[in-house]
Order: sequence, then structure tokens, then C-alpha cells
Amino acid sequence: MNEKPERLIDKKGLRLDGRKPDQLRPIKLEVGVIPNADGSAYVEQGKNKILVGVYGPRDAHPKHLALQDRSVLKCRYHMAPFSVQERKSPAPSRREIELSKVIRESLEPAIFLELYPRTMIDLCIEVLQADGGTRCASITAASLALADSGIPMRDLVVACAAGKVDDTVVLDLMDEEDKLGSADVPVAFMPSLNAVTLLQMDGKLSQEEFEAAVNLAIDGCRQVYAVQKEALKAKYVGVKEEVDE
Amino acid sequence: MALVIAKIKHRQIVQLVEDGKRLDGRELTEYRNVKVEQGIIERAEGSARVRLGKTDVVVGTKVELGEPFADTPGEGVLTVNVELVPLASPGYEAGPPDENSIELARIVDRGIRESKMIDTEKLCLEPGKKVYVVFVDVYVLNQGGNLIDASAIAAVSALMNTMVPGYEVEDGEFRVKPGSSSQLPVKQHPVTVTCAKIGDKLVVDPQLEEEQVMDARLSMAVDDDDKICAIQKGGSGYFSPEQVIEFAGLAVRKAKEMRKKLDW
Repeated sequence: MNEKPERLIDKKGLRLDGRKPDQLRPIKLEVGVIPNADGSAYVEQGKNKILVGVYGPRDAHPKHLALQDRSVLKCRYHMAPFSVQERKSPAPSRREIELSKVIRESLEPAIFLELYPRTMIDLCIEVLQADGGTRCASITAASLALADSGIPMRDLVVACAAGKVDDTVVLDLMDEEDKLGSADVPVAFMPSLNAVTLLQMDGKLSQEEFEAAVNLAIDGCRQVYAVQKEALKAKYVGVKEEVDE
Repeated sequence: MALVIAKIKHRQIVQLVEDGKRLDGRELTEYRNVKVEQGIIERAEGSARVRLGKTDVVVGTKVELGEPFADTPGEGVLTVNVELVPLASPGYEAGPPDENSIELARIVDRGIRESKMIDTEKLCLEPGKKVYVVFVDVYVLNQGGNLIDASAIAAVSALMNTMVPGYEVEDGEFRVKPGSSSQLPVKQHPVTVTCAKIGDKLVVDPQLEEEQVMDARLSMAVDDDDKICAIQKGGSGYFSPEQVIEFAGLAVRKAKEMRKKLDW
């Protein structure tokens, strides 16, 4: 492990990467990046680089998993062996299995699964590089990929974490802050339904700090939401330009 | 295998909760009777059986010597595993742990780890080389709903009566020193409180039928100082931000009550 910095927030109140406590990392979202997939998206948030692809609705496989009244959402969150400092074995870890489950459950409320009974929607999340907050960036990209595939949705799901480092509540923790900070609260949110669809925490927070962290995370979600909608529109602006030519 | 519930039962539960009532006559924020027996497995270093209504969970702990993780060379290791054995429910199958048992194990683990319940630095024998490894194995005997809180109480109870064998070094080898075991160093007593969202209401300690009709669940672990130390939302529904914050207050209150009831 690298040298542990003494302070994660300097005297001017700035973080290791120069951000203010309530500032997001630079974020880039792109839609329609995997030609074979029915929908796809790519996200860069800080040093996170994550690709998400959607296949379906298609025949359920294996068939016994199919449901008579709605589609089954299958989700695989997977980290590339080279995505972290020490090589990660490509076999799914317990962490990845848990994250696949909570990410799926954060997206299900947004999708009209009842429109596609007996089918399956496969969601493939590949983390190419991890920099803290991969589950949030994955959810943000996954909901864009689902929207890109044309599956009807109630809203986009957007996710962002808040946490506590050096006694300050901060937005969008990067890797060092996640590892060395004192709490991390990832939140997924559907802005137009005022719905929290993922909430986890580890660390220690008082009730007041927890409330501040949730509110800050939701603020962050709203900011990312604007970027998300632009990314979705950008694809069709591109298509329109091609047609016009 | 997912268990199904009759539509008429489903509607009954939802209607009851809407009126602030429950199937078994409890208040919305009331726990079922909880019964804890400690030290029931003599071969284990620590053990506890917890009954929460019809839910029945046994936890056994084993302490062995092992190597520390590279990033925490001076600390002992804690691992939590959950077995959802076919004995416990018609819906369980034998086999490797599925996502439900992995999630449950990781929720119990986070409550213990993040509360800093165990003084892991005291579990180090030789930094970077030899540390104690504490295995917490959660064994569900009957699934009657709210496995999370029952398993968390059982795990903490078992750790509280866990004895760590003493070691002596002989020719550079670690050997068990008979009659030298000591109490596992415990600093905190985390309590995990779970609620189910049914309709638009929050119901604490859901029993099985309530879990079958809930939209989503939310669990919070609270330490001795009323600090929240782990949270997990589950299920395919959602909570409003106001509900989340409301539940944080409720969880702190219920954890305090539970700690008093258990005499922790």
C-alpha cells in the first residue's frame, strides 16, 4: 500500500485531488458504445472506467428462471483482473456477487418488467478500472444502457456516494477517501419519483451526519442526472446529423 | 426457490399494516420475542442460539491461527459465513452459497467489523506473520423472517462468549498452551435493526409472511454510542429520502431497547 497521507483534507478545505467537499469528480458518459449489445453505455468518473451492456428482453436462460408475469433482470457486476492495484482473480468474488444483487435491486424499480413476461434482460457491467464508487458509477451507466436499449422505464436511476473524511461530510469519494475515510454512503436515486433504490453504508456516522450525507449524495445524484440526460440526447443528435448529411 | 403467498393473505397483510396493525397483533415498530442461549455448542470456541419469533439461528465461532491480510499486518482476521441449509425452509437447496446467503453474511460481517466490536489488534501474535483468525459461522435452522437481525444478534452473542486459545512459541513454532485461553477482546455490541416497507409504512422485524409482501427492506447496525455503522437496503422496491432518515432515528431507538433487553 502507498504511504498513508496524514490528512485527506488540507487546511484550505480541499481534498487530495483539489476538490471541494461538495464537488463531484469529472464525469463523462457515453451511450451506444457496444455495437453487438441492444443497449450500452460507458462511464468515466475520476479514474473509474466502466462499460455496461444490455441484451434483451430475450429468451430466459436457463428457462426455469423465467417468470410468468414479468421479465427477469439478471445482473453481473464484474471487475477486470487489471482494474485494481493487485491483480484480481477473474472468478466472481463474494463482494461482486453482493454488488450484482444490490445493483439489480436498484434498477428493478425503474423498469416496466411486467411488459415482457417470460423473458430475461441481461445486464453486463465490466469495471475496466476502479477508483472508488464503482457501484454508483455502474448504476448510473447501467440505467443509461437500459434506456439506450429502448426498454420502457419510469425514470433513469442515478447513483452517487457521500461519506465522511477527516470529520467532514464529502461528496463522491475516490479510492483513497473510500479506503482511509471514516464512512461511505452510496445512494441510488430516481429524481422524478423521489425514490431511493440503493442505500448502503459502512463506517461510523451519527444520525445528524448520516442525514447530511444522504442529502449531499442526493444532491450529487441530481447533478449526475443532468449529465446522464445529456448523454442520452447526444446519441440522437449524432444520428440526426448523420441523417441530415 | 421463491415461496409464494396467497393473494388474499397478501391483501390482508397490506390492509392491516395500512391500519397500523399486524398479523400477530404487534405494533408496527415492535420486535417479536427474542430468546438467546449462549455456549450451547461445547466444541466451538463460542456459540449462541437465537430465537426471534419462529426464526431460529445458531452461530458457532472457531478461532485458528493464520496469516493476516497484507493491508492489515497487525490485525487479526474476521470471516463470517452463512449457511441457508435445506432444513430451514422448503425454499432452500443444498449447494454453494447463493447471493442471499452471501448478502446476509456480508451484512452481519459489516455490522461487526464497522462497529469495531472486536479489538483485532489484540489478535495479532506476530505482525505480518501470525494472527488469530475468527470464523463466525451462521447456521439458519428455521426461516421465520428477519434473518438479518436474528443472525446479527446470534453472531454478536457468540463472539461475546468466545474463548481464544493461548499460544506459546517453541523452536519458532506456535503451540497451543493448554489452560491458557482468554476471552475474545470485545469493545462494542452492535445491534442491527431491519424494517420492511409495506404499502407506505415501515414495519420493524418483519415475520416471513410480511417479508413475502414487502416492497423493500432496510437494515441499520447501531453501536453502543448510538452511531450508525452499517446499512443495507434490499428488495426490488424503494424508500423516500424522508423515510430513510426517519428510520435512522427509529433504528437507533430500537437498537438501544434491544441492547437493554439482552443486557449487553
